[in-house]
Amino acid sequence: MKTERIVGTAVPRKEGRDKVTGQAQYVDDIALPGMLYGATVRSRIPRGKIRKITFGEGIAWDEFVVVTAEDIPGKNCVALIGEDQPCLADGVVNHPEEPILLLAHGDRHLLPKAVKAVEVEYDPLPAVFTIEESERKATVIWGEDNTFKKYLIEKGEVDGVWEKADYIVEGEYFTGAQEQLYIENNGMIAVYDPEHGVTVWGSLQCPYYVHKALRRLFGLGEDKVRVVQTETGGAFGGKEEYPSMIAGHAALLAKKAVRPVKIIYDRMEDMVATTKRHPSRTRHLTAVSREGKILGGEIDFVVDGGAYMTLSPVVLSRGTIHAGGPYCWPSVRVRGKAVATNAPPHGAFRGFGAPQSLFAMERHMDRIAQVVGVSPVEIRKRNFLKPGLTTATEQVVREEIDLSRLLDRGLELADYAAKKERFARENAAASGETRKRKGIGIAAFLHGAGFTGSGERYLSSVVGVEATADGRVRVLVSSTEFGQGTKTVLCQIAAEALGLPYGDVEIAQPDTEEVPNSGPTVASRTVMVVGKLVQSAARGVRQTLAAEGRVGESYSREEFREACRKYVGEKGEFVSWARFEAPSGIYWDDEKYRGEAYAAYAWAVYIAEVAVDLTTYGVTVEDFVALQEVGRVLHPVLARGQIAGGVAQGIGYTLYEKVVWQNGRMQNGQMTNYIMPTSADLPEIRVYFEELGNVHGAYGAKGIGELPMDGPAPAIANAIEDALGVPINAIPVLPEDIFAAMTAAGDVPVEGRGR
Amino acid sequence: MRSRPAEYELVAPGSLQGVVTLLAGEPGTWLPIAGGTDVMVQYAAGTLGARRLVSIWHLPELGGIEVSAEEVRIGAGCTYSEIRGHEVVEREFSLLTSAAGWTGSIANQNRGTLGGNIVNASPAADSLPALLVYEAELILVSARGERRVPYVEFHTGYKKMGLAPDELIRAVCLPRRYAGYVAYSRKVGARNAQAISKVCVAALGKVAGGVVEDVRIAVGSVAPVPLRLVETERIVRGQRIDSQLVGMAKKTAAGEIRPIDDIRSNAGYRAAVTGNLVAEFLGRLG
Amino acid sequence: MSAGHGPVEIKLMLNGAACSVDAYPMERLLDVLRHHLGLTGTKEGCGEGECGSCSVLMDGKLVNSCLVPVLQAEGANVVTIEGLAQGEQLHALQQAFLECGGAQCGICTPGMIVAASHLLSQKAAPTLEDIREGLAGNLCRCTGYIQIIEAVAEAARRGVGR
Repeated sequence: MKTERIVGTAVPRKEGRDKVTGQAQYVDDIALPGMLYGATVRSRIPRGKIRKITFGEGIAWDEFVVVTAEDIPGKNCVALIGEDQPCLADGVVNHPEEPILLLAHGDRHLLPKAVKAVEVEYDPLPAVFTIEESERKATVIWGEDNTFKKYLIEKGEVDGVWEKADYIVEGEYFTGAQEQLYIENNGMIAVYDPEHGVTVWGSLQCPYYVHKALRRLFGLGEDKVRVVQTETGGAFGGKEEYPSMIAGHAALLAKKAVRPVKIIYDRMEDMVATTKRHPSRTRHLTAVSREGKILGGEIDFVVDGGAYMTLSPVVLSRGTIHAGGPYCWPSVRVRGKAVATNAPPHGAFRGFGAPQSLFAMERHMDRIAQVVGVSPVEIRKRNFLKPGLTTATEQVVREEIDLSRLLDRGLELADYAAKKERFARENAAASGETRKRKGIGIAAFLHGAGFTGSGERYLSSVVGVEATADGRVRVLVSSTEFGQGTKTVLCQIAAEALGLPYGDVEIAQPDTEEVPNSGPTVASRTVMVVGKLVQSAARGVRQTLAAEGRVGESYSREEFREACRKYVGEKGEFVSWARFEAPSGIYWDDEKYRGEAYAAYAWAVYIAEVAVDLTTYGVTVEDFVALQEVGRVLHPVLARGQIAGGVAQGIGYTLYEKVVWQNGRMQNGQMTNYIMPTSADLPEIRVYFEELGNVHGAYGAKGIGELPMDGPAPAIANAIEDALGVPINAIPVLPEDIFAAMTAAGDVPVEGRGR
Repeated sequence: MRSRPAEYELVAPGSLQGVVTLLAGEPGTWLPIAGGTDVMVQYAAGTLGARRLVSIWHLPELGGIEVSAEEVRIGAGCTYSEIRGHEVVEREFSLLTSAAGWTGSIANQNRGTLGGNIVNASPAADSLPALLVYEAELILVSARGERRVPYVEFHTGYKKMGLAPDELIRAVCLPRRYAGYVAYSRKVGARNAQAISKVCVAALGKVAGGVVEDVRIAVGSVAPVPLRLVETERIVRGQRIDSQLVGMAKKTAAGEIRPIDDIRSNAGYRAAVTGNLVAEFLGRLG
Repeated sequence: MSAGHGPVEIKLMLNGAACSVDAYPMERLLDVLRHHLGLTGTKEGCGEGECGSCSVLMDGKLVNSCLVPVLQAEGANVVTIEGLAQGEQLHALQQAFLECGGAQCGICTPGMIVAASHLLSQKAAPTLEDIREGLAGNLCRCTGYIQIIEAVAEAARRGVGR
């Protein structure tokens, strides 16, 4: 029974007014007195030794501040999971665009020419550019064997299923790199002084990641580094780890210059030099019974991590755990591997491994359906997880999720049965005159929210809720707003828990000097995990006041204000803290990769209707149904916005966004050549929610930020196959790829080939 | 932004006379800039060779669309938005207004000019196939006077044109002789809006008594310059349109063009799509 | 007009008020607004006229200010996002964006609202297709455009542009 007044309603976005008036302050809107501008000299080759650096003619070098690896006071690394990635290349480079040295000057317009005038001579080394080359190990570029990380998940008795199988279905699926393409490029401002240490302001998701990295780079104690998030114009994971690099650069320049330094990338630099989604290859070998039940199988999941480890082990982890999809695997062996290539390191991007492995799983299900001779709907219904069954990591499904019913609802919303039949009929009857083929495709999937396994326990997030003397409330978290609604929802939660108006609650700017470490703003954990801590901390405020008899069980706004005024007057500050405690009965084995991988899963069914234009081979999504079970919708407008935006990125991932690589370098680093959808390219995206609740999430919410990334690609690929009868097992799939696939299938007459 | 504004000169004489005098005085030194939608992109990327620019934006002598009995004369300084909004151009030269509607975004259509599109000479330029099909003529102007040149003779090779260093395009003249023609144009890009074309076709055709009396087909992005498919036109002219003719036309078209692999697309795709667009056009005609 | 190599004085109307600024003729209008005039509401997303974050109105027409050399804004009537609200009173488009979820991260929002205001000044009752076409030059990575289109339709219903 819902009795909440604020949670579940569409309250105004906390920082919305500033955004619609142009008042919101993003990092490039900020200038400090005496500020210099910084720029980065980057490697032009994929791998090699730096032989010589010459500062060329025509530049007044004495006006510039120059920083190299030698200027690094602490350890020359961007500290993350490992410390293998240098902050500045020291004698050797391992990818194109790797930072070598830094320049600063008061006139930002002098920097591009100065960067060009730094001549670097290299002794090139052999380089590796694909997963296959990396696996071959003819050239080892990282560690002993080019492998950042491996995982093995084993359940049941896989080796025994093959002889029992009526069908053995094989498939190989590929996904390409994807650029996050936040509309605000990366940027940082840094200051340094010997007394206070380093302070940075910038566009970022995880203030404490940057804090840790700067401490390591400078060899400073935690009170000598301060990180402040400015209004951030989109992130999507692209500002999870990369900001540590650019913050380090700005800070190194600031230290040497004894002046504030701002580094802002332009679009091309941001595209070619920063992280992208990991490309992947998944191989499925599945034993299936005559009735279409999965008996068991092997899944081989490989991601290309680029030149340094960065977050690849965690991307791999999530992709590996999600590789089996929302299905019951009596036996399965999932092998995950992250390999090194000489490209700029790949990194976090919404979905974080799951879009890659779920693309494969959902394409493979349609393949299994074809082999067995049943419909895509039927094959899924026969294999869905149910309450009481276990996932690949042997996590028991404890909630009353009915995926067959969810699928049925999705199909009805999409008018699937009628459309499938009509499209099949029309496609078959079509003559050469009819230049359109239509298709409809399904994807069913799940997405675990929060950090995997013991991750949340390891993070040990802390949240504070402060009550001030005038009865206003401040939420203290390091969780950041970058469009998804962090500020709004966390304030809703606090207001609800305290019984106060939403307008009385604000949230502190994420500043490591002011707020505790509530963990990174990633992994769809903010509303669910951090929100629950906010709920606890807010209750703590009530409980403290009630325990001391300062307020009753319920109270008016004025009573609350009065109680706070007195409390603060007597005791000083009034902050209630909450720290994450792992729920009891949750078991995870990091060695065997077995147990409760995530505290909660959101479940979804997505259905895409496509039209293929046989004149241009272009694919248009004409209708899209996104149906998901999300625990609880805390803000209907924001939740819908998240799903719609994620679906749009998923459509881009599938049909438009191709990174063109040459020797490890992105060739199409401009918005004119890296194509994301405009308003003229997207259909109405129809979003629907179901709510089963979630004991581990604030007011029953599950995380949803990344969920919408998983479904569009396989739903669209399945729809294209439905339209054309040609399998699409690699994305992105551009019109050129449709043309090539149809030609290979003999569907296109040969005459149109040109010289 | 990879250029330094202090290193550039931009002057705005404010009259055509002032501009051509400047160009005549120092030929090859001054780069004219109209709406800037090409020049400013290069400037921001740090790849603009010129350091001295002369603004021809809003020059009255380069603006305006004049309609006479024989032709419509479009000032080279007319923006795509102005072209789209003109009733006679929309009615009689719809290939050009379609092209104007495809080019970039509305913001870029408000600044991009027809003259600029011609002089930038991208093989993918949206307006050029239409100019070929309409047999446009260009009025070129310099301090030495004016001359009139058929557009088909103007672009001689990749980014090469018959424009003297002291000349500007003043106007584009379109002969009013296409009443009764069926017009077909289609641009194929990477997305529905704001896309550089992979293939772009503009065509006109007239059928009388079931037979093709006249046909003109031009294609962009499949050669260093936009192409009239003269061979394809030759085999179609005088024929009845049936599936056999369409098949031959597709094959001939594929042989006339010289598409390349580049960052946006590949030759095989471009050739196939060109053939498909030609077929689609003939289908509309027949 | 002007000649020579140094900064020049540019006079224009800016958000309804006469304005004078010294700038190099080839400085981008975007940079003059942001750095010389302190109006940081207009954003740079790409510098190539593709994303529309830098959209402003120049003589009533939508343009990408990253592609306008400031000399060409001499004598022009320029309106930026800062010119839409009337003091504390938000423009109906701004209000609609707030209610409909049209702004998420907000970086595309100023340009998007300026583009929408231009659209509504041309078409007071746009269809969904009109809105999609009118905003096709403004990229948004967060919303998938759905709630932006709804906000513009809502503002149109409320009589903006009439």
